[in-house]
Amino acid sequence: MFDLFSEDYDILGAFWVTVQLTVLSAIGSLIWGTILVAMRVSPVPVMRAFGSGYVNIVRNTPLTVIIVACSLGLSTTLGWTLGGDDFDESGFRLAVLGFIAYTSTFVCESLRAGINTVPVGQAEAARALGFGFLQVLTLVVLPQAFRSVIAPLASVLIALTKNTTVAAAIGVAEAALLMKEMIENESDAIFLVTAIFALGFVILTLPTGLLLGWVAKKVAVKR
Amino acid sequence: MRFSRVLRAGAVVAAASLALAACGGGGDDDGGNTGGGGGGGGGAESLTIGIKFDQPGLGQKTPNGYEGFDVDVATYIANELGVEAENIEWVEAPSAERENLIKRGDVDFVVATYSITDKRKAEVDFAGPYFIAHQDLLVRADETSITGPDSLNGKKLCSVTGSTSAQRVKDEFANQVDLQEYGGYSECVTGLESGAVDAITTDNTILAGLAAANEGKFKLVGEGFSDENYGVGLEKGNTELRDDINAAIQKMFDDGAWADAIEKNLGPAGFEAPEPPEITEK
Repeated sequence: MFDLFSEDYDILGAFWVTVQLTVLSAIGSLIWGTILVAMRVSPVPVMRAFGSGYVNIVRNTPLTVIIVACSLGLSTTLGWTLGGDDFDESGFRLAVLGFIAYTSTFVCESLRAGINTVPVGQAEAARALGFGFLQVLTLVVLPQAFRSVIAPLASVLIALTKNTTVAAAIGVAEAALLMKEMIENESDAIFLVTAIFALGFVILTLPTGLLLGWVAKKVAVKR
Repeated sequence: MRFSRVLRAGAVVAAASLALAACGGGGDDDGGNTGGGGGGGGGAESLTIGIKFDQPGLGQKTPNGYEGFDVDVATYIANELGVEAENIEWVEAPSAERENLIKRGDVDFVVATYSITDKRKAEVDFAGPYFIAHQDLLVRADETSITGPDSLNGKKLCSVTGSTSAQRVKDEFANQVDLQEYGGYSECVTGLESGAVDAITTDNTILAGLAAANEGKFKLVGEGFSDENYGVGLEKGNTELRDDINAAIQKMFDDGAWADAIEKNLGPAGFEAPEPPEITEK
């Protein structure tokens, strides 16, 4: 048996890295996902083709492949460290980049579903008033689309939180990496170690789901 | 219609719970049987042995069967226990599952780069050690600046996520080296080839396997900085089997089969058979 709060294992510190990975990747994927969905519904054929091509390729690639490719391809082979001074920093940034690239496809598809809930008459009315494409999208369609997809986006966020464990594959010191170390060292308490980390993720994801579920109900567009 | 749908759902649930119950019962039965077989020691006619399936030079599953140093040691021990090589059933024993495989009785014993530690001794018994590995460094063949653990200042190292070797680097060289952890050794090899890292560190046996698989590109530094006693893990309290295995290992040391097995499996990387270790787990 081991001492839970000993100095050997910084469990809180590891989960803090998990939280940082999640928050940064979530912000990034929300932005990039919104840009992607704008491309997918835009009147320009080249943009539509890029949007659907990107989403279909990245969404269907295993996340581990994307993350390892970020590290091996960008960092090891091309030498891009994204401004990180050592492997710790550059690994973290590369992982965030990989998570944004992957998660934004799911954000994009959720948003596209949300856009489909906005009656087409509203976009037509906006066009009739002389709004351009970007104005129709940002002033009329997207605000309503966002409000109707809070719940699906919460699922994407919860999935992202758990997906951050993949970053252990490129050595980012988050929860899953510490768990691997503890399983290696504490072979007499494997079930306890597993239970601690499972509980840690429940503590992170359960409130997220409840809170965003409540927000979704609050802001839903009544039709 | 509604009624029959409910019935069908009920049937599915019943079937699922039956299947689950069967799994649980089956597991228990297996445990009892193999445990008994292991207890018989020399009298057993077949053996289930846990090995690594993915470590070149030690335990590797290939299209032609299983090969590696651990496999040769396990086969020799089985022979001494009166079991022919074709009656051995090989089971994969990943690092995190070795204790459970033994405790559940799924295997008779484990020969899988299994370091003898006090924590593990609380769970299982060990025979051996049959080999003492050292944490070492693998560098590019033209590397001259890295000569051992003392010359690592400012160097970039690579190892496998969560492994004991990676943790030792973090604990002892944290301020001097930049450590990259990857999920497997193949990613480290890519990094070493491209120059993104300067050295890979882990047990010298594993490094020798990597070097043998990429002949001429890499070399072992050969300045070990730790001792890992590889032992044969077996069910706790089975002293009869442990003594039989120890006798088999000692015989393997004495008749030269041990040195031959090292030469055969790790020799291509320039790894020479050291003196056999002393058997301490009695």
